[in-house]
Amino acid sequence: MKKKNKSIDYSKWGYIFILPFFVSFFIFSLIPLVDTIRYSFFEYYRSGIKEIGPNFIGMTNYGELLKSDMLKYGGNTLILWIIGFIPQILVALLLAVWFTDIRMKIHAKQFFKVVIYLPNLIMASAFAMLFFTMFSTNGPVNSIILSMGITKDAIDFMGTVGGTRSLVGLMNFLMWFGNTTIMLMAAIMGISVDIFEASDLDGCTGIQRFFYITLPQIRPILAYTLITSVIGGLQMFDVPQILTNGQGSPDRTSMTLIMFLNNHLKSRNYGMAGALSVYLFIVSGILCFIVYKMTIDDDPDGSKAAAKRKAKEERRRR
Amino acid sequence: MKQEKPAHLRNVIAHIVLIILSFMCLFFFYILIINATRSHADLQKGFSALPGNAFLKNLKSIANDGTFPMFRGILNSLIVSASSAAICTYFSSLTAYGLYVYDFKMKKAAFTFIMAILVMPTQVTAMGFLRLITKMGMYDSLLPLIIPSIASPAVFYFMYSYLKSSLPISLVEAARIDGSGEFRTFNQIVLPIMKPAIAVQAIFSFVGSWNNYFVPALVIQSKDKMTVPILIATLRGADFMNFDMGKIYMMITVAIVPIIIVYLLLSKYIIAGVTLGGVKE
Amino acid sequence: MKRKWIAMLLAVAVAAGTLTGCGSSSSDGASAGEGKVINIYVWNNEFRERVEAIYPEVEKTSDDGTVTTLKDGTEIHWIVNPNQDGVYQQKLDEALLKQADAPADEKVDIFLSETDYVNKYTDAEADVAMPLTDLGIDPATDLADQYDFTKTTASDVNGVQRGSTWQCCPGLLVYRRDIAKDVFGTDDPEVIAEKTKDWATLKATAEELKAKGYYTFASYADTFRLYGNNIAESWVASGETSVKVDPMVTNWINDSKEWLDAGYLNKTVKGQWNDDWNKAMGSQSKVFAFLFPAWGIDFTLKPNWDGEAGAWAVTTPPQEYNWGGSYVHACTGTDNPEHVKDIILAMTANKDNLLKISKEYADFTNTKSGMQQAASDENFSSDFLGGQNPFSYFAPVAENIKIAPLSSYDQGCVELIQNAFSDYYQGKVDYDKAKVNFETAIKERYPDVTEVVWP
Repeated sequence: MKKKNKSIDYSKWGYIFILPFFVSFFIFSLIPLVDTIRYSFFEYYRSGIKEIGPNFIGMTNYGELLKSDMLKYGGNTLILWIIGFIPQILVALLLAVWFTDIRMKIHAKQFFKVVIYLPNLIMASAFAMLFFTMFSTNGPVNSIILSMGITKDAIDFMGTVGGTRSLVGLMNFLMWFGNTTIMLMAAIMGISVDIFEASDLDGCTGIQRFFYITLPQIRPILAYTLITSVIGGLQMFDVPQILTNGQGSPDRTSMTLIMFLNNHLKSRNYGMAGALSVYLFIVSGILCFIVYKMTIDDDPDGSKAAAKRKAKEERRRR
Repeated sequence: MKQEKPAHLRNVIAHIVLIILSFMCLFFFYILIINATRSHADLQKGFSALPGNAFLKNLKSIANDGTFPMFRGILNSLIVSASSAAICTYFSSLTAYGLYVYDFKMKKAAFTFIMAILVMPTQVTAMGFLRLITKMGMYDSLLPLIIPSIASPAVFYFMYSYLKSSLPISLVEAARIDGSGEFRTFNQIVLPIMKPAIAVQAIFSFVGSWNNYFVPALVIQSKDKMTVPILIATLRGADFMNFDMGKIYMMITVAIVPIIIVYLLLSKYIIAGVTLGGVKE
Repeated sequence: MKRKWIAMLLAVAVAAGTLTGCGSSSSDGASAGEGKVINIYVWNNEFRERVEAIYPEVEKTSDDGTVTTLKDGTEIHWIVNPNQDGVYQQKLDEALLKQADAPADEKVDIFLSETDYVNKYTDAEADVAMPLTDLGIDPATDLADQYDFTKTTASDVNGVQRGSTWQCCPGLLVYRRDIAKDVFGTDDPEVIAEKTKDWATLKATAEELKAKGYYTFASYADTFRLYGNNIAESWVASGETSVKVDPMVTNWINDSKEWLDAGYLNKTVKGQWNDDWNKAMGSQSKVFAFLFPAWGIDFTLKPNWDGEAGAWAVTTPPQEYNWGGSYVHACTGTDNPEHVKDIILAMTANKDNLLKISKEYADFTNTKSGMQQAASDENFSSDFLGGQNPFSYFAPVAENIKIAPLSSYDQGCVELIQNAFSDYYQGKVDYDKAKVNFETAIKERYPDVTEVVWP
């Protein structure tokens, strides 16, 4: 793989090129991170307008958190993420394939492409506010349902666990499927046309082509989508926060980890918030490692070549 | 002939699915805009599919409200989003290029490191970030919203994947033989190749930073520096929420219209840019 | 010396600029040594509008409502942050922590607080709100006409008064005349008062309303203040870290559940200050009554009512209560003590000014003799209430208010107990689970709370 010109040493350029990134990261992320971690070992909060602490208390904050409902909130976060992500990735894949398939004649393709990305433009807080009023028991959605005579009584969407969670999932789906579609489209278009043409000549059906060519080829971008979505899911905050007024109601079943963190930040409990941040950091690291292992080839520099080879083999086999 | 039929059926299904999805996407905008044209009293009477006549009244009431300087907020948001989109895509491409093309001792370590921090939620460092910003004297300024986007691991990863699939090392070597300096090679040869990826990531980070609420809420204190999401959020707690919902809807409308216009104007180029990615090689 | 010189120069400039010659000698004297900017922290325009209306020194306010210029050239800068989600307190707290190091023109001079958290700021130890005596205001003489409970509310544990208010918020029962006519055959407030005089009678009345398809109140949260205002002990005793839930509060929980299950309350309205609740005040709603103080009628009910004026009336509530009240505090470290003193006196202790507020904004103001006067004055009747004079109902309630013992944890306790039990009312969780949820939430909000004691 190493085809580099060894006669001149370019390595210093490598350092120069990545320098800004690392400088900026160290200043704006690492120092704060260390600070956060440091405070996680302290009792440090505000009572009224008086500051209490910082007093060193070791691992107490960590222990307290384990005893709290933190794990339950982790579970909530996971469920809310899955409800939104599964339809999102499926629909996005479908649309991306449709949009890039030259054999399909989709009318007003441009229009659809533009429209599906629109919800992503609204800020989550505004979107959630809109949903909150629309799905309230006396809101527009209920008045439409009632006037069509589908049910006799207004549906209390946000009064049930399933209702609230579905709404959060629906919002996340609507906000992100267009984004994912565009991303996957970019990836599919990056696949060499030759491969598709060759597969056409070989009489490859649409479904075969999808599973044997498209999917392996866009694997890095799929991994990217999955990773960003996992991060996004872990950070889920605005939507459930506003939809449930920060309560995660009913019965705290829509309370996400970041909402939990926000509660501590709001009460200026720096110690506890720090400890929770550390937990979050660890969890996100593990999650990402799993996703990374799952989706990336062992051969990070030759993934494309490998995929190409695989595609060729498939073709030969047929 | 046999091939035609399922393809035809598939087309029909595709259109139905697309129409349903588009309806879902547009429905909310429709309700938002309709509600923005209705007065609070109208809204009290329940939902209506037809616009009301309070559009100008609602617009005037937000234009004259110094507590919620919406237009100033839009300007701030534009500055922040445009600058962060620009520096985020540029520096991420630079970093990706640096790690992809060059061979150096720390290469693997640097790559692993970035992959490790890829998942770090922003909220995790929020507390320390605020303290740091305050110490650096950047509290209540727009700079801390822009500069940190130089280090965007997720964008880096996207750029890196893209480079891997689209930039033959031979091209860089050819440029070197032609006597092109390293920065020149990057700026004049590599960046144009990365255009589609940059276009996609630029709009994503623009939107991301336009909609970012968490960090600005921590950093920004004064009214004239507030960005749109903070204004929207403070709006939620505003007293008139309880007696002027028309104004609320109008504010949301005003807040999202500019970004939608920008998007509609640019969407042709963005999608064209994505298409452009397909014809290279 | 230098400052004085600048002040004089500015006074001259102002006089020359405006050509009014209004830089009167008295304000010249006042502005000597005073800062040029008065920063006032508020959460809405309520206080500003009242200052504009009655403070004689006001020259003009900028179009966007952020700066009010006084006649002597001093500028009032209004720093508005919404109350919801604690944003107002967050921003205020940040400013207070920086107060000592802030340049003179950025120092907080006046801030407002609400009854729910006034205690947090009047705390003697924190000392962020100046004792009024330090400003040169003697509560015993200058504020003699104020209702006593408002003075108690604004005092710290040692009885030192650290704030003053222009309003006093006795609550009434506001009902729809058309529903009253439909169910009881009359909308006469005297007759309705008989039907709402205590909880037992009100329950029977609720049954009558229900038979005709009406709800008595909109939400379970509507009745909370009536109970919460009559607790015997404060939520958290001074110096302790345990939250004590008063039997009054558990009564509210049990009664609300009963009322909700019986169909006296609208099940779809969850809590207050949301769209459903606002809609319950509209003409399409089936809700008979709300429990509101004066500001509630003017500020909340009126804008949400989409029918003709004169459709509502007030009568006595089943229990005396007080809801809200905005306190004006002089902030420790202010560079404008003279102006601040003047504003506080003009806004909260001047009977004529207060009566003017009552007249223009229908506020029930903090003047005992003034309110007695208003109660029997035809001029104070309200078109919105069909010509009824609400002051004749407010005044006796105000006389009887005994303010519940306060603590700086009140806001969180009041908010979180309503939230936690909302699930219980909806039948999502049982009573014990709701208790646990309250405990979790309160400990999150106040890290120093160690336990919750139930009666």
